[in-house]
Amino acid sequence: MKILDVQGLRKNFGGLAATADVDFHVDQGEIVGLIGPNGAGKTTLFNLISGAITPDAGIIMFKDKKVSGLKPYRICRAGIARTFQSVQIFPKMSVFNHVVIGLLFGDHRHTTSASTTEEVSQIIEFVGLSGMNELRAADLTLANQKRLEVARALATQPELLLLDEVMAGLNPTEVAEAMELVRKIRDKGITVIMIEHVMKAIMAICDRVIVLHHGEKLAEGKPEEITRNQSVIEVYLGEFTCLPSET
Amino acid sequence: MKDKTKKYSLFAGFIVILLLLISLPSYASSYRVIFVTNILMYVILTLSWVIFSGPTGYISLATAAFFGIGVYTSAVLSGTLSLPFVIIIGALASFCLAFVVGSLTLRLRGMYFTMFTFALVQLISNFAHWYEVNVTGTVGRLVLALDSTIIYYSILVVFCLVLLASHFIKRSKFGLALQSIGESEEAAAHSGINVTLVKVTTFAISAFFMGAVGAVMTMRWSYVDPPTAFDIRLSFMPLLMAIFGGMGNLFSPIIGSSIFAYLEEILTTKFPYYYMLLFGGAMLLVIVFMPHGIEGVFRKLQKNNKGQLSEKP
Repeated sequence: MKILDVQGLRKNFGGLAATADVDFHVDQGEIVGLIGPNGAGKTTLFNLISGAITPDAGIIMFKDKKVSGLKPYRICRAGIARTFQSVQIFPKMSVFNHVVIGLLFGDHRHTTSASTTEEVSQIIEFVGLSGMNELRAADLTLANQKRLEVARALATQPELLLLDEVMAGLNPTEVAEAMELVRKIRDKGITVIMIEHVMKAIMAICDRVIVLHHGEKLAEGKPEEITRNQSVIEVYLGEFTCLPSET
Repeated sequence: MKDKTKKYSLFAGFIVILLLLISLPSYASSYRVIFVTNILMYVILTLSWVIFSGPTGYISLATAAFFGIGVYTSAVLSGTLSLPFVIIIGALASFCLAFVVGSLTLRLRGMYFTMFTFALVQLISNFAHWYEVNVTGTVGRLVLALDSTIIYYSILVVFCLVLLASHFIKRSKFGLALQSIGESEEAAAHSGINVTLVKVTTFAISAFFMGAVGAVMTMRWSYVDPPTAFDIRLSFMPLLMAIFGGMGNLFSPIIGSSIFAYLEEILTTKFPYYYMLLFGGAMLLVIVFMPHGIEGVFRKLQKNNKGQLSEKP
């Protein structure tokens, strides 16, 4: 079943098409990887889906309802949560309150602050931040700040989660933990789209990969198909294999 | 345990101060009562300014505009309605204006928002002047002056209300949303917070109390015209007082504005010619040596105390 359906999506910045007539869909329960060289329009695509910017043309359907053009908070409450490429936390706020915010505002079923404490603790434990409830977000390590973003997003009870480079800047152990977390999220029944440069992670956990290049969809398919796709190798993987190793 | 006793003693201290304030007219001269009324006016303006600008970090200079709207509403209605109604209508007028202005301009950020709010005061003040010259034909209005004790108690009621409002906003889900907006507006929006609505509503609530003070203070002046009603000094004072006191908790802005307003009153009466000079000098010293205000000084003292304690074996 399609949970997200994007048709003819276009966004221009000045004369540059950051997203050029992109069509794709995501099925319920999938983990879809979104890859492409820098400037390919991956984050722009996330910004369009989450409502941070409005498309110039095209339509985004979420669970058969049009969400393109809605304000970010409406899209969040509809069930699409996201994280940010450069972490967007509330530096002086406690870990606990980050999750409270997600629960109270993002989840349309919640109207009162009662009975949330337990749910908050569950979410914090789920992402692996237990024992850090009262720490200020600014005092966490980068890996934990990224987990906190995921926790806040999960608190809004999403059905679709957009992860924008949750593994960038993490060490190999942390990457492995993050991969495990993404799998656990999917096992909860949440569909995931992830932008990632860590190819090891993409290959290991994604059911399907979409490749963007200059704002256009270049290829789409199973991870092993993508690695064999000639045009992908030319624009992207060719360049990528030159790097000594992913960090 | 310690936090709880601290909380109770703070609360008890507050009740004592409140009782002292309530009984003030019975033991103090009417000059003292007017003096305290003035200080309370500044305290209320500062507290209501902090309701919005404290957590969000949007620096508003529109205080004088909302205060002035309260003043004018009250001047127009004076003598026709009973005092509580006049105050409420004045406050609501400010609330509505802030709501409209906020919806239009709260997409501006940082400097641009500040400049706009500054211009708003001039705009409304000049509009009122133009209106009086061209439509009513008389500049300024006479107001039925009220007894200073009545004014004092009205101000005291507004003070208690703004204190309660600040307290509940701070502790509520709404306050959490405000804080998140101040720290990362983008993330707040993507966490399901209707950022615009929260900002505009808070801006309007803070204007509500500014309008209420304005409506009360009118009764003290007996004559109002646009320059007195929309005095731009009233835009800067709450900002300076909040910086002087600190904005981390409810007590800091109250203490800051009380001391500041007290100093101002003393300096204007004792040194009418040098007061601005002394004031400017004092402000400079505060900014250089107490960048986090009185609150920052206290926090430093606390830290030092703790440090000494832990050093002991």
